Amino acid sequence: MGLTNSAIGIKAIDFGLQIKKQSPDDKVIALAGNPNVGKSTVFNGLTGMNQHTGNWPGKTVSNAQGYCSTKNQSYVLVDIPGTYSLMAHSAEEEVARNFICFGNPDAVVVVCDATCLERNLNLVLQTMEISEKVIVCINLMDEAKRKNIKIDIEKISKRLGVPVIATMARKKESLAALMVMVDKVTDGSIPPTPFSIQYQPEIEEALAVLEPVVKKIAGEKINSRWLSLKLLEQDASLNKELNTYLGENFLESSELSEAFRNAQKILGKYELNTDKLKDKIVSCLVAEAEKICHGAVFFERKSYNLTDRKIDQFLTSKATGYPIMLALLALVFWLTITGSNYPSQVLAGGLFWIQNRLTAFFLYLNAPSWLHGILILGVYRVLAWVVSVMLPPMAIFFPLFTLLEDAGYLPRIAYNLDKTFKRCRACGKQALTMCMEYIILKKTHQERACRFFFANTINAGNVNGSVRIMHVTPQYF
Amino acid sequence: MNMNSLNDINPGECAVVNTLLSTGSMRRRLLDIGLVENTHIECLGRSPGGDPTAFLIRGAVIAIRSEDCEKIIVTRSN
Repeated sequence: MGLTNSAIGIKAIDFGLQIKKQSPDDKVIALAGNPNVGKSTVFNGLTGMNQHTGNWPGKTVSNAQGYCSTKNQSYVLVDIPGTYSLMAHSAEEEVARNFICFGNPDAVVVVCDATCLERNLNLVLQTMEISEKVIVCINLMDEAKRKNIKIDIEKISKRLGVPVIATMARKKESLAALMVMVDKVTDGSIPPTPFSIQYQPEIEEALAVLEPVVKKIAGEKINSRWLSLKLLEQDASLNKELNTYLGENFLESSELSEAFRNAQKILGKYELNTDKLKDKIVSCLVAEAEKICHGAVFFERKSYNLTDRKIDQFLTSKATGYPIMLALLALVFWLTITGSNYPSQVLAGGLFWIQNRLTAFFLYLNAPSWLHGILILGVYRVLAWVVSVMLPPMAIFFPLFTLLEDAGYLPRIAYNLDKTFKRCRACGKQALTMCMEYIILKKTHQERACRFFFANTINAGNVNGSVRIMHVTPQYF
Repeated sequence: MNMNSLNDINPGECAVVNTLLSTGSMRRRLLDIGLVENTHIECLGRSPGGDPTAFLIRGAVIAIRSEDCEKIIVTRSN
């Protein structure tokens, strides 16, 4: 009584995350989405520099919170880890689900990629099962336009039963429309009526037995249909949160256990064990997403057309794949190594000029030579070497790297090299990080003074022991 | 009906997913990309090393290693 968690402002303790509100009236908006859909661009576009980052308590999953406000309301935006689903298979998914379910956000914005909306709807549908106040933000509309994909936003919105906003996160105006919708949903002027997925009759039959009991015990605190489904799936990852959120006696109540047993009997009758049930649920979500997009998303040309195919064949065929890759990598290497020589020299010159001045200053002070040795010849000199040797190649390599990444060439390299890398229990994706390390090692090899230092830091930085062997070899080139 | 593993599908051929025998994180990953029963798959090509193989699945090009393909049971289609 009185000092409940929410009354003293630590409502967030239910799932562990401290929400830092600027004023008590701030509303909390969760920002969810698949990986690589421009979610962070939306987040940054809305909050600007007004954000802070940390970790989700007890998880190695980073968390960002930011602030933004409209004419009527100010909001705390919580960036939820990018996930494909909310099935709690990974730490990220568990964090995302727990926040949407137990974090009491005033609305959830699910950011989707317009170029593959169907796949993204999986997450939207799962979010809608947990929370009613969902707003779908279809991002990357510019990309979709470039690929000649047309989306009937209104139709999608009608079918989902929640507001849908099309955005191009790089254009601020489109984000303003999103926030107007967030205003309307949080103040209740547009009550969302999310459509509810119908599962196979067998599953529905079991749900019909369990749901009324769950609803009776848990009340309005949680979506009873979703919770019943999770109970049937025997999702153990939920138990702890349920105990804190609904009280210890929820899971132990005899009424619930009885209903659960009855529901299990029904599933048993249809030979649906937990694994099969989970599969059916996933299939149903995928099929539903397909249905929603049917007749609402138009590909004016096939998503993966003839030109794309030809280019890919050229880049990954037996005859041309490796030569092109080697040529491109050689070009990147050459640009990085020769290109960085000049700025390296300038930097080294400048930094060692300062070293001489510092030495002169120490002499002027009559400082003991051991002090000069530690501070100038030790600390400063090593730092100067590190900066002048490492900074220029990085400043050249990473932009080139980004260029290749944006052009979509990196996955092709990974594809070409995967077999070779698999022998070392790594995967093709590691090819490019290795290139950078090779460059640094090669450069440090020239500067004998710090070779030892670099070789060790780089190797220690890699967790995968089997890759380490490969990292060591370039030193002897 | 002719049941094959995804390994038997050569570049240029199409197939429809029948069952997934994969387990653990690979299974989840495959379900995440929408590889459920009755999903249409087109084989696009093999990596120069012979493995992995690229497939067109729900509009996205995805490369799958042969050891994982082995556990994806499909029916050849046109």
